[in-house]
This record gives sequence, structure tokens and C-alpha cells, in this order.
Amino acid sequence: MQIHPQPLVSGAPDVMALLARHGNAPQALVQVLRELQAQQGWLPRDALGQIAAGLGLTLAHVEGVAGFYRFFHTEPVGAYRVLFSDNVTDRLLGSRALMADLCRRLGVAPGRLSGDGRVSVDTTSCTGLCDQGPALLINHHQVVTRLDAARVAQMAELIRKRVPVEQWPPAWFEVQDNIRRADVLLGAANAPGDALRTALARGAEAMLGEMKRSNLRGRGGAGFMTGLKWALCRETTGAEHVVVCNADEGEPGTFKDHVLLRRQADAVFEGMTIAAHVIGARIGLVYLRGEYRYLLEALQAVLQRRRDAGLLGRAILGHAGFDFDIDIHVGAGAYVCGEESALIESLEGKRGTPRIRPPFPVESGYLGHPTIVNNVETFCAASQIALQGGAWWAGIGTAKSTGTKIHSVSGDCDRPGLYEYPYGTRIGRILEDCGARDTQAVQVGGPSGVCLSAFEFGRRIAFEDVPTAGAFMVFDRSRDMFEVARAFAHFFAHESCGFCTPCRVGTALVVKRLDKLASGQGSRYDIDVLFELDKLMHTTTHCGLGATACNPLRDTILRFRPAYEQRLKSLYFEPGFDLDAELSIARRMTGRDDAGAHLENKA
Amino acid sequence: MSRELHQEGGAWPSFSLDGEEVPFNPGDTILQAATRVGRYIPHLCWHPDFPAHGSCRLCSVKVNGKPAGACTAKASAGLDVESDTEELNGHRKTLLQMLFVEGNHFCPSCEKSGNCLLQATAYEMGMEGPHFEEFYPSRPVDASHPDILLDLNRCILCELCVRASRDVDGKSVFAIGGHGIHAHLLVNSASGRLADTAMALDDRAAQICPVGVILPKRQGFVTPIGQRRFDAIPVSEQVEGDPS
Repeated sequence: MQIHPQPLVSGAPDVMALLARHGNAPQALVQVLRELQAQQGWLPRDALGQIAAGLGLTLAHVEGVAGFYRFFHTEPVGAYRVLFSDNVTDRLLGSRALMADLCRRLGVAPGRLSGDGRVSVDTTSCTGLCDQGPALLINHHQVVTRLDAARVAQMAELIRKRVPVEQWPPAWFEVQDNIRRADVLLGAANAPGDALRTALARGAEAMLGEMKRSNLRGRGGAGFMTGLKWALCRETTGAEHVVVCNADEGEPGTFKDHVLLRRQADAVFEGMTIAAHVIGARIGLVYLRGEYRYLLEALQAVLQRRRDAGLLGRAILGHAGFDFDIDIHVGAGAYVCGEESALIESLEGKRGTPRIRPPFPVESGYLGHPTIVNNVETFCAASQIALQGGAWWAGIGTAKSTGTKIHSVSGDCDRPGLYEYPYGTRIGRILEDCGARDTQAVQVGGPSGVCLSAFEFGRRIAFEDVPTAGAFMVFDRSRDMFEVARAFAHFFAHESCGFCTPCRVGTALVVKRLDKLASGQGSRYDIDVLFELDKLMHTTTHCGLGATACNPLRDTILRFRPAYEQRLKSLYFEPGFDLDAELSIARRMTGRDDAGAHLENKA
Repeated sequence: MSRELHQEGGAWPSFSLDGEEVPFNPGDTILQAATRVGRYIPHLCWHPDFPAHGSCRLCSVKVNGKPAGACTAKASAGLDVESDTEELNGHRKTLLQMLFVEGNHFCPSCEKSGNCLLQATAYEMGMEGPHFEEFYPSRPVDASHPDILLDLNRCILCELCVRASRDVDGKSVFAIGGHGIHAHLLVNSASGRLADTAMALDDRAAQICPVGVILPKRQGFVTPIGQRRFDAIPVSEQVEGDPS
């Protein structure tokens, strides 16, 4: 990887070569931008113009796409681009102090480029390494885990001496799996091809029958019946059908998919291939979040191995007419792209704005083709169901929530990591197993999920009780739940796509109110306004991001109201600024600081 | 959309809007059907000549008790649609207040005052003040074009100009950039200025802005305040497609 950005010469052949490699297809725009930035460090405007011309798009369109994704830079950034993961679990582990220390050592302000153009340091949304944080992302490629004061001090030295990232201590880049409890998905991997062979022997119709019999529901959060989704897509006629794997694991506190992609990549790809056989797809796409860029080469190697073994490509396993291959699309930092229609927009090289639904992707998805989008874990489950049958899967868990679920456990506990349980498992059981003590609250399903307090730890993980996409963040009694909610509010405001009014403005207004409370200027009136915003956003937003953005706020106000009330300055209206403080400039100019120069009650 | 109601077999299918039946054509959205018969559902980003966009959320209604956008929800026989209720109008007022505080809207000095859909809808919904703290964003004014002024302070991101320029004028002069609260309108030229685009005064995009962003030059206050479109008749009584 190139560390020192080179100035881009107009008409530079590398842009032309890059575009040619992607067949000058407009849907490759996000990939083209990502690869060019990896070469050049940032995206100068004249390069955007060349890309626009080469792909037959307008400059404004390309500029709009580049400006949408948090990892694209249309202004120069440092040769070392350091992004601290800013999930609340990283903060609990001291990430903010470590970042301040790195900035101090390098003489750079957060979010700014150092004077010599060497380094910029900033935060990014959760990097999915909560069980081994604090973590950071370098140059949108490598991750550094288990940060501490010693690593930060040494890192500052390495950056100061311009040591290439490849020569940093290899131990820093170690990513652990931390599998604490394995069941059917995290257990021993099946031999590649076994599940696929079984599915092909069953035939597409019968395999679909097994999927329906399993009652498997999508693991990405929404919980739609996977068999029904496949059936709807299969029934829709189209020149092409498409299988998409949603590996945009952006929900803060979730880190199961990166482990599945490292340990069970064959099961994921095999699940996709089985789906392709069922719905009649030739095109397969994995949407890998930009934060997981470091997994790309290994995943591509697995794909190549599968092609060589006849498990992908033409006439898979000798079945004439069963042609299917998988391509990997790498995201560029946008939580909203976890929503399936926004993900498809992004795959098409556009801004990741959720579509109007209906039509749903099963009718009109990628490039208008009937498309299924399933989570990484869902495809792993499909592989298991192909091997062992739908009835077997349906026998695990509860009647309405079949099978197992992988939980990404982080926060205040002795053994953070992955825990796989059958559905129906008590929250309290998970807390006991991970070594959580004196627990005040658990955020299940991430910021868009639900915050539970101690009296609810008898509730169970299930679609019919406490549904989850996989995050399980533990907070003990020393933690301030108001600050947890405030961190999540900042997350949603940062990740709002900006399309619809209530989410674009509402998330920003929630941040303003919570920051006002945090600064000690709050009143009961501000809490009333927060409730009002929650109600509005819950019912009027274009997609689920805005609709769930106030969940942590509402949950914590209801359960931990004292955390809010201790911040109130008065029970009634309180302005967001201090009138007496506003007079300080006048006092300084007149050289006065007597009682008469203050508001009467502040003398 | 078709302005005519097509009769099939003697009776129109219909749904209930606030207790009154609204006939519809197959394929209609709730907003299209309501508009055709002169029923008002507040909206800003929707225009009868363009497909639904769904970004302003002013047309949020309840369909059989569930929240939905009237511009995107398909009409079907027997639906129970609530729109003109205290709760929904309260939400609309809040959405309008959000749009006002997000941008810089100084109605008294705006050439669009009286012809502005945002202002008229705010009056209609009883908005008396901003309610929230103002954002006061720093947004540029582009006066480079000889005939057209572009004042982004008033942009509500309805994308009507984006769509009109792309789909009607075939020029794609505009696009959306940024994200979240920093989302903004982009102009398609190397300089980023309107003067360096093919935009012309008789483009559809130059005439479709519901607020005061895209304005023709040298026509300031030709119609005095007080005699403008919404000064005499409120927006709710000027529904597009209204036969009267």
C-alpha cells in the first residue's frame, strides 16, 4: 500500500486503467472511488471529473456520491489517516483519552490535518472490535486492536519517523475470534461443498421446502422469514436474479459477522450458492463494510479456491446450467447501507439512500433484477439447514424463533466475545456466562435495539420477546446511562443519510438537546421536547434509521430518569446559553468586574 | 399523473379519507387520488408531474392506523386514511419548524414570500414560531448566472429541481451532496457555479422550486406582497388538479 499520496496528474493513466478494469460501468463508481483513494490518499476534483467522464455520469453526481460516504475524502488528508473507533464500548475502555494522547504527541488537533500533511486523527463509528478494543483504523485498511498508552506512545513515534504501516509490530494487527460459546453455527466447519451437494441432490423446490420448514428468520434485525423471501424472489420473473450477502455489519456493538467471515467463509458462500440454486441466480454480491477491508484478500482467496473446486463458476458441481459467481463490493463508511435498499443503491454506485418500498428487492433489486438480501449469519444457517434439514433447525430454539443466535458481547464483563445460544435464552444467563457483575443495563441489538435494566434480565432473546441483530453491550452500575444515550444520539446524527426531514433535522436536534443537558443548561422542557422528537421520528421517517434513532433515548429516560434529572438546572425553560457569561467580553473591555457589571443574581 | 378519473364498470373504487370517500384510478397513490378530487394533504416535495420522492414527510398519514406517506402509499379499495387530525397536523407543524430552523428563512426579505409553498403550508398548519433553536448554517448564494439566482439558504432538499433538470430538461444541472444535516444541493459544473451550466430560464428546473432558492433575476417584487398566490387563498384551497 502506498503511504505517500502522489499528486494526480490530469488524465493520469491510472484512473483510465482503473475505470477499464471495472468495464467503465457506472455501478462500479463506489469501488472506483475507493480504489483510487487507496492509490492517491484522497479524491481530487479533477479525478472526479475524469471518473464522471469515463463512466458517463455528471461531475455533480460523482461529487454527490463521494461526499456521501464517510471514508471518502475530497480534501487532502494525512499520509497516515488514523480513525479511533468511537463506539461507547471503546469509550468505556478509554479510547477518548488515548486519542487525546496521540493528538498531543503528534501536535495535531482531532479532525484536522497536521501542518506537515503527515497525519490526521479522528473518530469513526464502531469498527466491530468491541471485544478487543479500544480499536482504530489506519488508512481505511488495517485495524489496530487492544490499544493502550504504550501502543499509542510507540505509534506516535512510528508516525513521526514515517515508518510504513506494514512495518509496525504485527501483534498490533492481531484480530481475535474470542468464541466463548459455540453451537451449530460457530462449531466445527463443514467440509466445503457438503451442504451444496446435499442441496443440489434435494433439488431447488425441495430445498426451498426445507427453508420454509426451518422457519428461519433473517438475522440482520428485521426477522423476515427467509424461506418466504426466497420463494417471493424465485416467483418473480426476470432476466437475472441476484443473491446479495449483507456483510455491512454496522450496528455498533455487533462483531459476529467478521468472525463468521474469517472462520466460516465457506459456509457463508455456500449458503449464497444454495440460495442462487433456489432462486435461479447467476449473480452473487457480498457487501463488505469498509471497516472490514482487511478481510478482503482472504475472502477473495476462499472464492478462488471454491472456483477451482467447481463450487462456483460455470456448471457448479457438474450441474449443467447452474452458473453462479460471487463478487465482493467494499463499502466506504455508511451505517445506513445496512438497510437492504440503501445497500443495493450503494452496490449500484450511488448514494446509500434507502429506496421507496414497495417495490421490495425480491421484485426489483440490484439493477432492477429480483434480488434477495440476507445477513451473513442467515447464509451460514441456510448451509446448516441444507445439510441437516428444516425440521432439525425448527427443533432448536422456540416455536416462533427457531435455531440459534450469535451474540456479540462487550462492555463491562470479564469475558467479552461471541456467545451462540438457542433462541429463548434468558438475558441473565448470558450475563452470568460472560462474567458480568453489578450490571445496571444491557443494550440488546445495538443503539437501534432496546436498553434493558436489571428487573428485565429474566426476559428472553426471541423475536417474540427481546429481538436482536446480535449486539449485547453490558453496562455496570458505575456507568452513566445518560452519557450512553448521548453517545448513541451522536452516532445516529453522524450516520443519518440526510434524505428525509425528520431524521436529518431530528437527529441533529436530539444531539443539541442532549448536549445542552450535558452542559448543565437543561430543564424539564428539554426532556419534553426530546419525547416529542422521539414520537415524531418514530412515525414519520423514510426508513428505520430515523425511526429507531430515539430508542436509546426513550429507553434510558424511562428506566434511568435520575441520570437525566440530576442534569436539569430548573424544572422549566432554561436557555442554552449563560446570559451573564455573554457579558464577559464587555466586562473585559471596560476593565470592570464589580457587582454592577454582572446580572443581579450572579453578582 | 392522469388528471381524469377513469370510470370502470359504473362505479369507482374508493377509500376513506377522514371519513369521506375518495375515488381512485388503479395505480394511484393516496396523494394522487386525493389531489385529483381537490382534497388537501399537505406536501412539499411532491408534485403531480413527477413520481413520488418521499423526503419531506409532510404528507404523513395513517393508513388503517399505521403511519405511511400519502405520496408513496398506493390507494386501494376500503382503506381508512386519516390525515386532517390534531396529531398528524401537529407532526406536520414540527416538520415545518425543522425545515425553517435548518435553513435560513427570512420571509420578509424573500422574493418568494406569498408564492412560497413552505410559508403557505406553515400558515396552514398554524405555525407561529420556530419552536427549535435556529441552526443558522453558512450557505452560499450563487448569483453567477445572468438570468437566475440560486440562494441555497432556503433549500429544503425536495429535489424537484434535480428531478426536473434530469427528467424533463435532460440537463442534470443539479445533484445532492454531503450527508445528514450537511446534505446540500450541488451544481454540475467544474467551477460548481450555475453560470457554467446549461441552465436556462425557460427550463422546467428554473420554475419548479417550491421555495425561494431558484429565482429569475430582474423580476423582484413585480407582484406586490399581499397580491400573491397564497396571500388571498390558503394553500389548502388551491389543490393541484382541483377543477374549480
